[in-house]
Amino acid sequence: MSQVNGIGGPPPILVEGLTKSFGEVHALRGIDLSVPRGTVLGVLGPNGAGKTTAVRILTTLLQPDGGRALVEGYDVVHQAAAVRRSIGLAGQSAAIQEELTGQENLEVIGRLYHLSWPRARSRATELLGQFGLSDAADRAAKTYSGGMQRRLDLAASLVGQPKVLFLDEPTTGLDPRSRLGMWDIIRSLAADGTTLLLTTQYLDEADELADEIVVIDHGLVIAAGTAEELKGRVGGDVVEFTVPDRSRLGDAVAAIARIGEGEPLADPATGVVSIRVGSRGSEALIESVRGLDAAAVETRGLALRRPSLDDVFLALTGHAAEEEEPGGRRRGRRGGTRSATRGGRRSKDKDMDMERTAS
Amino acid sequence: MTAVAERAGVPGAPAAPGLGLRARWAVTDTLTITRRNLLVWMRVPAYLVFTVIQPVMFTLMFRYVFGGAIPVDVPGGYVNFLIPGIVAQTAAFASFGTAIALAMELKKGVIDRLRSMPMARSAVLAGRLVADTGRMTVTILIIIAVGYAVGFRFLDGFFPAVAMVLLAIVFGVAICCISAFTGLAIGDEESVQAFGLIWLFPLTFLSSAFVPIATMPGWLQAFANNQPVTYVVDTMRALALGGPVWPSLWKSLAWLAGIFIVFVPLAVRAYKRAA
Repeated sequence: MSQVNGIGGPPPILVEGLTKSFGEVHALRGIDLSVPRGTVLGVLGPNGAGKTTAVRILTTLLQPDGGRALVEGYDVVHQAAAVRRSIGLAGQSAAIQEELTGQENLEVIGRLYHLSWPRARSRATELLGQFGLSDAADRAAKTYSGGMQRRLDLAASLVGQPKVLFLDEPTTGLDPRSRLGMWDIIRSLAADGTTLLLTTQYLDEADELADEIVVIDHGLVIAAGTAEELKGRVGGDVVEFTVPDRSRLGDAVAAIARIGEGEPLADPATGVVSIRVGSRGSEALIESVRGLDAAAVETRGLALRRPSLDDVFLALTGHAAEEEEPGGRRRGRRGGTRSATRGGRRSKDKDMDMERTAS
Repeated sequence: MTAVAERAGVPGAPAAPGLGLRARWAVTDTLTITRRNLLVWMRVPAYLVFTVIQPVMFTLMFRYVFGGAIPVDVPGGYVNFLIPGIVAQTAAFASFGTAIALAMELKKGVIDRLRSMPMARSAVLAGRLVADTGRMTVTILIIIAVGYAVGFRFLDGFFPAVAMVLLAIVFGVAICCISAFTGLAIGDEESVQAFGLIWLFPLTFLSSAFVPIATMPGWLQAFANNQPVTYVVDTMRALALGGPVWPSLWKSLAWLAGIFIVFVPLAVRAYKRAA
């Protein structure tokens, strides 16, 4: 309690036992969240996990079935008007009027926040400058690139100087360069003290931007903590390498079978072999070099790496983070079909079978 | 200090605005949305074509292509019969724009953004209707001007003429309310457009707007004689050309009131629940 008093109020976002169903679909099955002031919470989960439903409830767009949610201390159901005065929302698509210029788009939003005309104008100009859109201020937004449109959309969410900002998948559909630009902007917002809730299905994004991460799957929080804490859950470092000659995959697995804590994972499709080695990374790396050398298996890109959030997600849910994403935009770093190959002696025939299945 | 008390006493919390301020915001927010919608309308050539060229084409086509083959019993001939009908149809078709724009805003997340803001809740729908009424009025005046160029004349004086235009606008707004509901309920601009064709074309053509109902087969007359477009067009024709206004006017007003009573709450509910 002393800590709460020290900061001077309740956490900007507090969610307790929130539930929401759409008919038979249980989008949220009782989630709890608490986001301290000035921090970034990353809500991570695949499509359909309930992320957007949670954001829509917190931004007063949707009524929950049960539980409660407070934003800046206001109940999102009973004090919705007060909540709306405290928040900004940028959704999954650019919610802008494409026929209007960037300047006009932000002026309209400013007027709807009841700024005077001169103030709405200057606020629009200021935000366009901040988001690198000054040169495009007087062009229709439909001439903007995808990245520029999303920046304009984010600028629009900041017109009212919100204390709490909700970003629902802010980089979905952006090319890698625009994505990095968006990350820079989000980082600078967080640095300015805005409390941020960010949903994403990109593990690297949560890793990059969030102070705390909650992992949501099927409407439940299945894990929470910092990126480092979550990575710690999968048991430390990973030795990973690629076997170009797929027929030697079984030999490679056998060669490293005893260096780690668990069993090696081998992906017949990509030839990538990985094994968790806990905290004894360096020794394990040396042992794996010796083992592979003794077995005369040629490898590429042999390396020791920290576990990614991909590994975390797989360990927590038993499925890859992005496997449910439609439209062939899967971004899982090692594909969705990771087949565990048992360590130990394997006959050459079996390895050949495996390769045929893969090709 | 309990957790509840902490939450209740938020330092620096924005004060809730009073009733007077909220009423003022309802007006200014509506005007802001109206202005935005009119700006968008003027920037999109396709909208201008749809709202201006298309009704003008209909006027010329019916006047010069079909008109000669349609015998009517009104002073001044078919062109005088036609223009009130075309004006009513134009007013009804203006609602395509209402439905499509709302569906697009819904799909793009614009409505989500606006609903998450501390603006007047009524402003998005009200601003949409005000802007579309303005757009509709411009179109109606253009049709009347074109009508005058091709031989149409108001025969009953100035004030009945103004009353005809006003009735057309109120009728158009009523249809826009139906379209606002369908646009928000369907939420996809292409489906909305297709759906609009399905109900607006039969409703306007199976009426007294373009041909005397007596020329239709009996079963169709039963529908055409008892639907709102016919009542509205008959009233407008009586106002434009002279003749008994009241018999069709009260039926028109009853229908329009019914449409507003049913579809305004439906549209508001669809807006509040827009997902």
